[in-house]
Amino acid sequence: MPKITFIEHDGTVHTVTAELGASVMETALRNDISSIVAECGGGCTCATCHVYVDEAWMERVGQPSPSEDAELDAAFDVRANSRLSCQIKVTEALDGLIVRTPSYQGR
Amino acid sequence: MSDTIKTDVLIIGAGPCGLFAVFELGLLDIKAHLVDILDKVGGQCAELYPEKPIYDIPGIPEITGQGLSESLMQQIKPFNPTFHLSEMVTGIENIGDPLYRVTTTAGKTFECKAVIIAAGGGSFQPKRPPIAGIEPYEDKSVHYAVRKMENFRGKNIVIVGGGDSALDWTLNLQPIAKRLTLVHRRDDFRGAPDSVNKMRALVAAGAMDLKIGQVSELEGADGQLTAAQIKDKDGKIDRVACDAMLPFFGLTMKLGPISDWKLDMDDELIKVDVSTFETNRQGIFAIGDINTYPGKLKLILSGFHEGALCAQRVHHYVYPEKRLVFQYTTSSTSLQKKLGVA
Repeated sequence: MPKITFIEHDGTVHTVTAELGASVMETALRNDISSIVAECGGGCTCATCHVYVDEAWMERVGQPSPSEDAELDAAFDVRANSRLSCQIKVTEALDGLIVRTPSYQGR
Repeated sequence: MSDTIKTDVLIIGAGPCGLFAVFELGLLDIKAHLVDILDKVGGQCAELYPEKPIYDIPGIPEITGQGLSESLMQQIKPFNPTFHLSEMVTGIENIGDPLYRVTTTAGKTFECKAVIIAAGGGSFQPKRPPIAGIEPYEDKSVHYAVRKMENFRGKNIVIVGGGDSALDWTLNLQPIAKRLTLVHRRDDFRGAPDSVNKMRALVAAGAMDLKIGQVSELEGADGQLTAAQIKDKDGKIDRVACDAMLPFFGLTMKLGPISDWKLDMDDELIKVDVSTFETNRQGIFAIGDINTYPGKLKLILSGFHEGALCAQRVHHYVYPEKRLVFQYTTSSTSLQKKLGVA
C-alpha cells in the first residue's frame, strides 16, 4: 500500500498508509490530519482540502482539471503546485508522495 | 422593529433535515417558520453539492442535492411553511414554560413553543482571507458584503475574486466608484459569461482595472485601508491605492451564535437525548449534522428520523392536553386530508 507524507505548516510530519483508489483528502481524514478540512466531503466545491504538492512530485500528480482550477479560486495563497487533495487519487505511482498543507487551513 | 411573529415552532436551518421536520410537524398539526442564512433553501445540498449525486436516500437510488431540496419542498407544500432567508438567528430567550423569544439579524422577533436547531455544520459565512493584519480593517474598510451601495460612492475600490459575487459587485459598483480594480488569481473567471464579457468591456474601455494576482499585504492605519499589495505568479508586487476592499472567496461553515445559547456541547456539536432529540434546554431540539449522541452518523437519513422523533415531543409542548395517536399516511384519512390527497 502506498505511503503518503503530509507536512503541516508548523512542521508536523505525518507519514500514513493510503488505500489504492481513495483520494489524498480521504487519506488525510482517515488519519486525523486536521489541516485538511474537506467541508464538502469531496465534491470539489469548497476548496478546504488545499495542498501544495512537493515539487519533485508535481509531474506525476499532474495539473488540476479546469473545474478544480476554478474551485481553487475559493482557496487562498494559491501557488503553481496547488491542488485540491480530494481530486488526487492514490495510485501505486504515488507511493512516497509528499504534500504540504497551507497555514490558514484547519483549526 | 417589526411585530412579533407567533408560531408553534421555529426551525433554524432550511437544509434537508429542517425541511423534512416541517413534514413530520405538519402531520401533527404543528406550524413552522424556518430561518436560514443562505438566500435559498437546501442548506449544504444547495450550497455545496447542488449537482452532485447522493446515493443513500432510502428509496431513491440517485438524486442530486438540488433535486432532493426540490422534492422536499414539494413534499412539505401542503403545510405551507414560512421561510425567512438570508437571516441568521442571533438570540434565544426563554420567556415561558417552554416559550421562546427568538431574534434574527434582520431584526425579526419570533415567539414559539419550541425551537428546532437543524443548522448542519453551522451557518455559512464568507471566507476571510488569511492576510496578516486584516482584522482591524474588517467592517471598516474590508467588507464581505455590500449592505448599502452608497457607502462605496466616490471610493477607490478593490474587489477580489473570480466568481459571480465578485463580478456582480464589480458591475454594480463600477459606475459609482472613483476607480475600481478587480483582482483575481488567474485570467479566467468562473462567473456568468455575460458578466465576464461586460467586465472585460469596461477594462478595454479604460473604465476599470483588472489585475491578475493575489492580495499579499494591506497598507493603512486605524482600520482605514490606503493600499493593497498584489503579488503576481512570478512574485512581482504591484501596489493599488484603495479606500475599500471587498473579498469574495465563497462561503465556509461556522458554528456562529449557537455556542452562546447555554446548550450542552461536545466539540461544536449539540448533545441531545436520543428518544426526543431535545437538548439540555426544555423545548430546544437539535437534529441533523449539528447534534451528537452515541453512535451518531452524519447522514441525511438519520436527520429525517431525528425530525420525526422530535416532532412527537414538540407536540407535547404545542398541545399539552391532546393525546397523540400514532397514524400512518397510507391508511389515515385524517393525515391524508392534511396532505390534501383525501
